[in-house]
Amino acid sequence: MRTLQQTTQEILQLAAKQFKVAEGSLNPEDDFYKKLGIDSLQALELLSRIENHFHVELPDYEVQGVSDFKTLAERIQSRL
Amino acid sequence: MLDLSNFSSIGEALREALETYAPEVCLIESDRNEEKVLLTYLDFKARALPLAKWLQASGFRAGDRAAIIMTNQSKWLISAYAIFHGGGTLVPLDYKLKPEEQWQLLKHSDSSVLITEYPIWRQLSVSPGRGAATNIKTVLVTEAPVDADLSGALPWEAAHGKGKLEFVPRTRQDLACIVYSSGTGGSPKGCMMTHENYLEQCVALTSLYPFWPGVRYLSILPTNHAIDFMVGFFGPFTCGATVVHLRTLRPEYVREAFVKYQITYVSLVPLVLKNLQKGLHARFDELPPSKRRALDVLRNLNKALTKSQPLLPLSRLLLKDVHTSFGGKLRAIIVGGAFTEPQTLQFFYDLGIPVANGYGLTEAGTAVTVNDLKPFRSDTVGKPLPGMEVQVRNADAEGIGQVCVRSKTVMAGYLNDPEMTAQTIVDGWLQTGDMGRFDRTGHLQLFGRRKNMIVTEEGKNVYAEDVESAFEGLPVKEFCVFATNYIWPSRSMVGEKLLLVVNLGPGQTFTDELKREIIARNNRLTNYKRVHGIVVHTEDFPLTASLKIVRPRLAEQLGKLDRNAVIVAV
Repeated sequence: MRTLQQTTQEILQLAAKQFKVAEGSLNPEDDFYKKLGIDSLQALELLSRIENHFHVELPDYEVQGVSDFKTLAERIQSRL
Repeated sequence: MLDLSNFSSIGEALREALETYAPEVCLIESDRNEEKVLLTYLDFKARALPLAKWLQASGFRAGDRAAIIMTNQSKWLISAYAIFHGGGTLVPLDYKLKPEEQWQLLKHSDSSVLITEYPIWRQLSVSPGRGAATNIKTVLVTEAPVDADLSGALPWEAAHGKGKLEFVPRTRQDLACIVYSSGTGGSPKGCMMTHENYLEQCVALTSLYPFWPGVRYLSILPTNHAIDFMVGFFGPFTCGATVVHLRTLRPEYVREAFVKYQITYVSLVPLVLKNLQKGLHARFDELPPSKRRALDVLRNLNKALTKSQPLLPLSRLLLKDVHTSFGGKLRAIIVGGAFTEPQTLQFFYDLGIPVANGYGLTEAGTAVTVNDLKPFRSDTVGKPLPGMEVQVRNADAEGIGQVCVRSKTVMAGYLNDPEMTAQTIVDGWLQTGDMGRFDRTGHLQLFGRRKNMIVTEEGKNVYAEDVESAFEGLPVKEFCVFATNYIWPSRSMVGEKLLLVVNLGPGQTFTDELKREIIARNNRLTNYKRVHGIVVHTEDFPLTASLKIVRPRLAEQLGKLDRNAVIVAV
């Protein structure tokens, strides 16, 4: 079982890869809309990638209002 | 289609539709790869009437208000019909709002009933805002786990009334819905929409974009949005068509749904349309050079042949691969909620996929103008719909002035706000606050706004004043939020941003600490409500005798400044 810290790191790596930014440039507290300059659809695309990676399904409502990696990681962690 | 002139209310027309189209499929609900619900009009009626009976038995009466906060799904429409059947007024609220904002609107609308989904209720029930909305007497929650603590709510699925059911008639002038066009801050804008507003709008829209049994509409825009309520519920139902709901809006499932359900129409906001465009561009770029050249030739041929009007069978033949990826039955993409850039519209039209772009606002009963495609004009928002009187008033030398609308679809007014109603509807004419001009062929073109608001690409209306509460208590002498286009009119409907203007106290300087405080407060706002810059103003704000900021005068003062020099990005 992954720890929350591991989950968070893996999410940061996935986001960095998807949006082609340096891995070390993202932090758990970052607002991913702002930091990555993405819109709500791109955030949903990232979520699909994260779901596939962790083999979980996260309903859309679970990410309503979530805009930082840390909270997103917590939501994923609760489904692992 | 039903002859809507025979009906006096939404409920009456829907009741007839459920009888007339009983064997037709009315709703499909899909969750990822699984089809969860498939209902005929007869099935729909069988699910809605027990709820209507239950509401009636629990004391719900004509004119009572019932709110729905749900994602797009079959139970949204079933609940809405049950409310209309009992003569109630529907208050459709945005499920994406924060719980405290939802409670605020529940209170403002004086709703006595709330129908919502379990995940939403989980957040609502623990929100501190709950205490204020004492008007809510009944909460029904869908899809709750069997052993869940519903915190005083009841499971929707158990709301089955028995015995006699009375259909409660309403007149055309009675209130059908209270629709919040925006405003969760100081002054919620609850548009009071009558039954006539919807009946007339439905006739006008379906005259250009007809529905019939077999037509499949993909419902993506939230149903609380005026567009989806009309073309994803009332319109298709009164024509016996099918509405497809998706429980997830991940782009890959949306793309699949076009093919799986052979969608006829879909409504999208510009953001999603641009995403589809981006996807198609990426696909085209991956084609081998020979195929890419062939595609370009066929696209140009299609463009030439469809110059005067769409020729769907021909376009589907010429650009088969593109049309197949949309299911092969798509007749038009309806785009609304915000301004769409002409090049995006033209991109789709050149591929043989007409985009029904138009112009509208909730206050006018959704659409005011729509492109009739005869010919397609990507540089305009189309001509006025039948029954719409549209004038451009106080035009300048270039013919650009405020767009004003008079029609049976214009709202009755803003709930609990006669002052704002009087400013907005003058002698029966709705003052839209949008600037436009008619061209020689009668098409309307838009050139910015004179309202202190922005509309995002996701179709969200954000009034600057509604964002200000996030900055209450900021350690500055005074502050104010503006839309950049209100200060520096741009004659553009895209790229609108919000700005925070601060006036520092005597001897105070703009420090990094203050900037950090502003950013922290800004980040607590929903992303589309955030300000994008700060202006440090060195003069006191003009105030009224009652110490309110005179925003137009302050905007005029700021407008004299060089925007590139004064805006500090956040």
